[in-house]
Amino acid sequence: MANNVNQATEKPMTADRGLRSSAKSQPKGNFFKAVSAVVWKDLQAEFRSRELFSAMLVFSLLIILIFNFALELDIKTRQSVTAGVLWATFAFAGTLGLNRSMAIEKDRGCLDGLLLAPVDRSAIYFGKVISNLVFMLIVEIIVLPIYSVLYNINLFQPGLLLVILLGSIGYVAVGTLLAAMSVQTRTRDILLPILLFPVVIPVLLAAVKASEGFLTGADFPEILLPINLLIAYDIIFTAVAFMVFDNVVEE
Amino acid sequence: MQAKPVTLKVLDIVSIVLLGVSAYLALVFAPTELVMGDVQRVFYFHIGTAWTALLGFILAAVFSIVYLIKKDLKWDRLQVAAIEVSLVFFFITIVLGSIWARPAWNTWWTWDPRLTTAAVTELIYIAYFMLRQGIDDPDRRARFGAVYALVGGISAPITFFAIRLFRTIHPVVIGGSNAEAEGSFAMTADMRVAFFFALFAFTVLFIDLFWNRIRLGDLQEKVEQLKLKVTM
Amino acid sequence: MITVKKLVKRFGLKTVLRGVDFEVQPGEFVALLGPNGAGKTTFLRILASLSRPSLGEVSVAGYRLPHQAAAVRARLGVVSHLPLLYGDLNAEENLRFYARMYNISNMEARITEVLEMVGLESRRRDLVRTFSRGMQQRLAIGRAVLHDPDVMLFDEPYTGLDQDASSMLDEVLKTVAVQGRTVVMTSHDLARAEDLATRFDILSRGVIAASTNRKQLKKSNLLTFYKQALVG
Repeated sequence: MANNVNQATEKPMTADRGLRSSAKSQPKGNFFKAVSAVVWKDLQAEFRSRELFSAMLVFSLLIILIFNFALELDIKTRQSVTAGVLWATFAFAGTLGLNRSMAIEKDRGCLDGLLLAPVDRSAIYFGKVISNLVFMLIVEIIVLPIYSVLYNINLFQPGLLLVILLGSIGYVAVGTLLAAMSVQTRTRDILLPILLFPVVIPVLLAAVKASEGFLTGADFPEILLPINLLIAYDIIFTAVAFMVFDNVVEE
Repeated sequence: MQAKPVTLKVLDIVSIVLLGVSAYLALVFAPTELVMGDVQRVFYFHIGTAWTALLGFILAAVFSIVYLIKKDLKWDRLQVAAIEVSLVFFFITIVLGSIWARPAWNTWWTWDPRLTTAAVTELIYIAYFMLRQGIDDPDRRARFGAVYALVGGISAPITFFAIRLFRTIHPVVIGGSNAEAEGSFAMTADMRVAFFFALFAFTVLFIDLFWNRIRLGDLQEKVEQLKLKVTM
Repeated sequence: MITVKKLVKRFGLKTVLRGVDFEVQPGEFVALLGPNGAGKTTFLRILASLSRPSLGEVSVAGYRLPHQAAAVRARLGVVSHLPLLYGDLNAEENLRFYARMYNISNMEARITEVLEMVGLESRRRDLVRTFSRGMQQRLAIGRAVLHDPDVMLFDEPYTGLDQDASSMLDEVLKTVAVQGRTVVMTSHDLARAEDLATRFDILSRGVIAASTNRKQLKKSNLLTFYKQALVG
């Protein structure tokens, strides 16, 4: 490769003598730095290529479109169905993001690179969860106004936004764990929705119920119940995933 | 090759006998229910299979945790056995529920919390086996299986409570003596006999099938070992 | 620096490593040779703490595996045949990521230093996606020495490189990576191994079948030695 040879003559190789001693790895106090490094790396890579992001967005819009044709919605029915349509959309589009995020690590052996770092495995988990969450939230934030415009419903209520946040957290907490597993099997992408959906039903149930509540202006005590369930689910599954993540990435 | 232990052989026979007695009690001995008629007799088997399925479910979750701590493949075999047995019994539960629903409420399916959770758990089990299918390394297969069974094991009960709390359109239907349920009925003394005997018979049946399945798993393991010796 | 005693690695019922004894003194460069499927990659992955031993003792840089894995990782640099780099990031961003993961002080200065060492300073802002395979391997070596490890592990680093790129990699390896560090390299390429290493171990059928070093070996007799070791 001619390109290669040119590079060779450009700069002489210098022996590694300079900052060797100060370059030693210091594993202590590394956890948060590692988490933020993973998050930043994912965000950076995604802002460059925007592959994941555009795929999720387009997919979401297509799903909404399909729902529009599949369900003949008059103005009254629309009100009651909006929460469900939104969450179904997020659930499906979410799998794209989860799959891709893990596939990137698996494909070029980067997962090994992450595992070689002298840092607790859970740092990888939390880093991935946060970056997956960010992607999902960005897509959701864009879908909301579009849906609002298409169906003439104001979706920008703080209560609804809270539900979307809590629901997304639960979804991503479990999804990241399961995606880490599915990406290592032969069936890869197809397997993730099959694994994820049955297990994430409580999130969908509670999120739809709470969203409906906010959209139809129900009493607060009624809405509080599903929100509490969301919070409980988020805490329980983040804790469980954090504890078992080692088993999923190590040999 | 080990022969089937005598205890297990006896248990096989005992299970069948108990099942027969339970069937008699349910179909003949118990009085006909006032409102729903004879179809209500399905209830005894339905409860029996539901109970066994639940037993398997709980055991599977426990085995998950034990395996993840001990990393002994024996626990993995136990877990697979528990989930397989539970899978079959949940399926029967769902079918029986459907059979009961049709004449009683003129519908093939009710979105009753228990039935729905059974269906969801069934899907979790199927996903479990699909996950294992795609993995060649036995240790990884066991680890991933345990993780997923644990996640599913925690999620299914939450699903049950969520449905119960939130879906007011579909109340608890398959009630038994649950006062809230649409399909509730009061149990007479004779019915109670049939009811508890069914529970007992199905528990014995569960132990029998579970033990047989474990034995099958162990034998499979032996075959693999022998295969390896031959090819070397 | 590296001590391995009676290392056994099983995948389910299949035993890949059957009691490997292996010892490396500080500063030695060991070429680990052997046919496909002998277990070289498995062995290296265990040394790299990416895989756990089934039985036996392993210690690297004075720390036991798997218990003190984190300490080992801090002192270990690994170059695989996969680059372990992110295509959508540029060279310096890749190094910056790993510098953060290893918590290196003086990060920016060290990154620049490493880039200069591997001759990629002029391409620091270019996406790794656009690099040729040879350049990616060079950057991979840069990544591996970023934290100044005591031990380096190379798993078939020349895979997929043409003559020119291989020669370049040789250069980088000698000047940048080796530098008085302890090195274990697996390779199919006997000629390269002979050129670089001071010691040659043959891994065959799960054990170290033979071992020799520069002094004992007459020039270009490595092939003969290798073939003999496999037969015996």
